[in-house]
Amino acid sequence: MEKEFTPVSIPTSLYKKIEEKIKGTEFSSVSSYVTKVLRESLSKNEENKEVFSAEEEEKIKERLKALGYID
Amino acid sequence: MIPPHGGQLVNRLAEPGRKAEILSRSDELVSIVIDPDLVSDLENIATGVYSPLTGFLNRADFRSVLNQMRLSNDLPWTIPIVIDVDRELAGKIKPGQEVLLKTEEMKPVGVLMVEDRYEYDREEFSQKVYGTTDPRHPGVGRVLAMKEVLLGGPVELLELEPTPYDRYRLSPKETRILFREKGWKTVVGFQTRNTPHLGHEYVQKAALTFTDGLFINPVIGRKKKGDFRDEVILASYEELIRHYYLRERAVMAILKMEMRYAGPREAIHHAIIRKNFGCTHIIIGRDHAGVGNYYHPYAAQEIFEEFPDLGIVPLFFKSFFFCKKCGSIENEKTCPHDSSSHIQFSGTRIRDLLVKGEIPPPELMRPEVARIILSFDNPFND
Repeated sequence: MEKEFTPVSIPTSLYKKIEEKIKGTEFSSVSSYVTKVLRESLSKNEENKEVFSAEEEEKIKERLKALGYID
Repeated sequence: MIPPHGGQLVNRLAEPGRKAEILSRSDELVSIVIDPDLVSDLENIATGVYSPLTGFLNRADFRSVLNQMRLSNDLPWTIPIVIDVDRELAGKIKPGQEVLLKTEEMKPVGVLMVEDRYEYDREEFSQKVYGTTDPRHPGVGRVLAMKEVLLGGPVELLELEPTPYDRYRLSPKETRILFREKGWKTVVGFQTRNTPHLGHEYVQKAALTFTDGLFINPVIGRKKKGDFRDEVILASYEELIRHYYLRERAVMAILKMEMRYAGPREAIHHAIIRKNFGCTHIIIGRDHAGVGNYYHPYAAQEIFEEFPDLGIVPLFFKSFFFCKKCGSIENEKTCPHDSSSHIQFSGTRIRDLLVKGEIPPPELMRPEVARIILSFDNPFND
């Protein structure tokens, strides 16, 4: 599978620690472990940027009432 | 409320002024006729169901989705949402050009701002998305029949095409407000293309035990021969909800989209869509979005390991069965009896009984649901 990668430096001691930790796990490399941990960490800060205007919200509530979803 | 995928719901519905302006130029624009599945994709982009997509994939995103199951900005995305044209038509279209999208009835339905025009390998597409190039796979068959060139770029929708089921058609904005009005902080989504048997009901209610609400979301659109017809699925769920669910805990709305039968990749796609609708959890059962024997029965659960950043929590269920000795619905973790006591929820068996006009046993399907299915002359897709 064609993938694009770029190097990131981490302390050698940390690299060795991860190498030990992933032995016998589903991770094929330190890179795959670090990628998963970083993605997990970044997703925790996912922002909700959605905003509904009062007018839009009122219109939606009216439709939901008309369809019987809310009273 | 859970953030939409990418943080913001996409809205690509043309404002009335813009719509009039596009229609006034419709004779000058190159037009592409799109089939009902592509119309559904266009609508799903425009109403935020496919957030963060704002249009059909450009080459960079297409390659990234094929190879990494992510958009080029690293967001999980597993199914290429693309529009195909033949080389002759592609030759008339240049990047930067607006193209009118028309339904098969020649009604203008949207505009594509072409940013990118590229060729692709249909076998590679099939192998990477479906894990096979076998033309008997319904998704592969469709890809192999696609035209040679893909167009990428943002879209605008002129208006939603009506369906016979618009009473059950809600946008992600609407479901998000609905869930909030219901006071649901956690919502589990249930994807279905079937009429409900007791196994489905058990899974939904087991999940609902841990969440505030249940969002039943049947897929309405092209399915394979022998699948239940859309109106039968909706009518059977209406009956089930009427008799066996709390109105304040369960709602149903349709998802207008073709089934691709891409197994694990489609399970992720389904999860992203439900996240956009505002679900915090999604039920992933055995062989989710699978067909035939193309996928390992639990491949659609295992793939979630690769997406720690999906944002929606999958709830995995194994197969359930009715145990005659327990007198209840059980699974391999809860039942001490051997298989001779088990009645499997076999879709084929239930279907065969219904084809013969017989009501399946009550431990397999609610009689009210079976009666509704049998009230249709032909409940199955021809």
